[in-house]
Amino acid sequence: MLELRLYIAQRVSATIIAPLVLIHLGMMIYAIQGGLDAAEILARTRGSWWWAANYGLFVIAVAVHAAIGLRNVLREWLCLRGAVLGAVTWLSFALLLVTGLRAVFAVVMP
Amino acid sequence: MGFMDDSSSSTAPPIAVRVWRGNPDGGSFEAFEVPQQPSQTILDVVTWIQRHADASLSYRFACRVGMCGSCAMMVNGIPRWTCRTHVNKVMRDNSLTIEPLRNLPVIKDLACDMTEFFDKWKQAEGHFQGSATRHEKVAALSPNSPQRRVANAATECINCAICYASCDVVNWNRDYLGPAALNRAWSLQNDERDSGGAARLAAVGGDAGCHQCHSQQGCATYCPNELNPTASIAGLKRMVMKAYVKGGLG
Amino acid sequence: MKPHRRQPLYLAFLLHRLSGLGLALFLPFHFYVLSLALDSEAELDGFLHWSQAPLVKLAESGLVFLLAIHLFGGLRLLALENMPWRDAYKNAAALAVAAAFFVACGFLLRAF
Repeated sequence: MLELRLYIAQRVSATIIAPLVLIHLGMMIYAIQGGLDAAEILARTRGSWWWAANYGLFVIAVAVHAAIGLRNVLREWLCLRGAVLGAVTWLSFALLLVTGLRAVFAVVMP
Repeated sequence: MGFMDDSSSSTAPPIAVRVWRGNPDGGSFEAFEVPQQPSQTILDVVTWIQRHADASLSYRFACRVGMCGSCAMMVNGIPRWTCRTHVNKVMRDNSLTIEPLRNLPVIKDLACDMTEFFDKWKQAEGHFQGSATRHEKVAALSPNSPQRRVANAATECINCAICYASCDVVNWNRDYLGPAALNRAWSLQNDERDSGGAARLAAVGGDAGCHQCHSQQGCATYCPNELNPTASIAGLKRMVMKAYVKGGLG
Repeated sequence: MKPHRRQPLYLAFLLHRLSGLGLALFLPFHFYVLSLALDSEAELDGFLHWSQAPLVKLAESGLVFLLAIHLFGGLRLLALENMPWRDAYKNAAALAVAAAFFVACGFLLRAF
């Protein structure tokens, strides 16, 4: 039942991500005008619990969603199987989770 | 003018036909020149080659009238019933390419081995399982009940394997049960007389089951009976999820 | 492209898969840039300054398009898999592309 569980995790994470992406798209379109400025961005995010929660959840859900999506591509297009496939999937999940949470921390820490 | 009249009254140039010849070890295309005929079908072309050019060409057909599905082949890269495909509808620059169905092992030339197609039908529990005996009254089914309509919409499959040939998930994942088997499973799940639902749900919810479908709808695009296995598979996904959430998946 | 794949919903699948791949490969880079703020605001600022270049802004619009098309295509799939079947899902695929293009254009216009 592995494929069923992965399918469910993929769809549940997608449902969590959808509103977060809409927020992110809105944010990007709002913020890009007048150019991106580090001070301007960080003034919004530094010390903010709301941004920490929003982007923290975003990163966790995306790490799950992207790792499973990548797994499908590797399985179907590169014919990876068994232990190798599992290892690459976990690796990509870990990479996205660690670098993502590090980035969130970088912008929200006071 | 007879069906196999050699002396064609039309002045149309002959068709340049490339036919795949080979066996399980491999093969290649062979070129033939076939006279054009009015209302000619691809099956007519293949039959002409076998009767007049090369008697060793192997191919399958039976009814010739679009009822049995035996004559399915790849025509210019698209899976079709060759008896119902008119040459003038698919011919490009006076040429045709004819190959055995995709995704199935070849036996010889245009005849492919349907074993795995039917094995997957069985793996998906694609057979009716009744629970009534001769002593019970005949089941009173309304043809218009919503569930019966759903079952009927998926029931006309004649196992021609065109959907199987058009499915890229089948191509990428040799274990995948495929559109036809899953479509039949969906039809049976909606048959109120059937009692094999639990085992069938476990079969289609397994690792090679309905969740592998990416909804590309190649199956629905090319099914000559206008069935939509993608819709059926989406229905199975919902059924399996419901059962899983309730803890009732085998 | 193989003949049997030249139909709209295969293209929708391909767009969804390629946009997902593109986003997944872009993300580590995106996370790295943001984490520059850990070391110094100045380093992040330096990168952002570089990203003012028109070609970079164009690339960013492309990324916005990828994100939007993956989102709208994904919503279509969630509907297709969890709600009763409608043949209109084919039109929804076209709608998703249009909406994503609209969003990306919105970004592009504000970027310049």
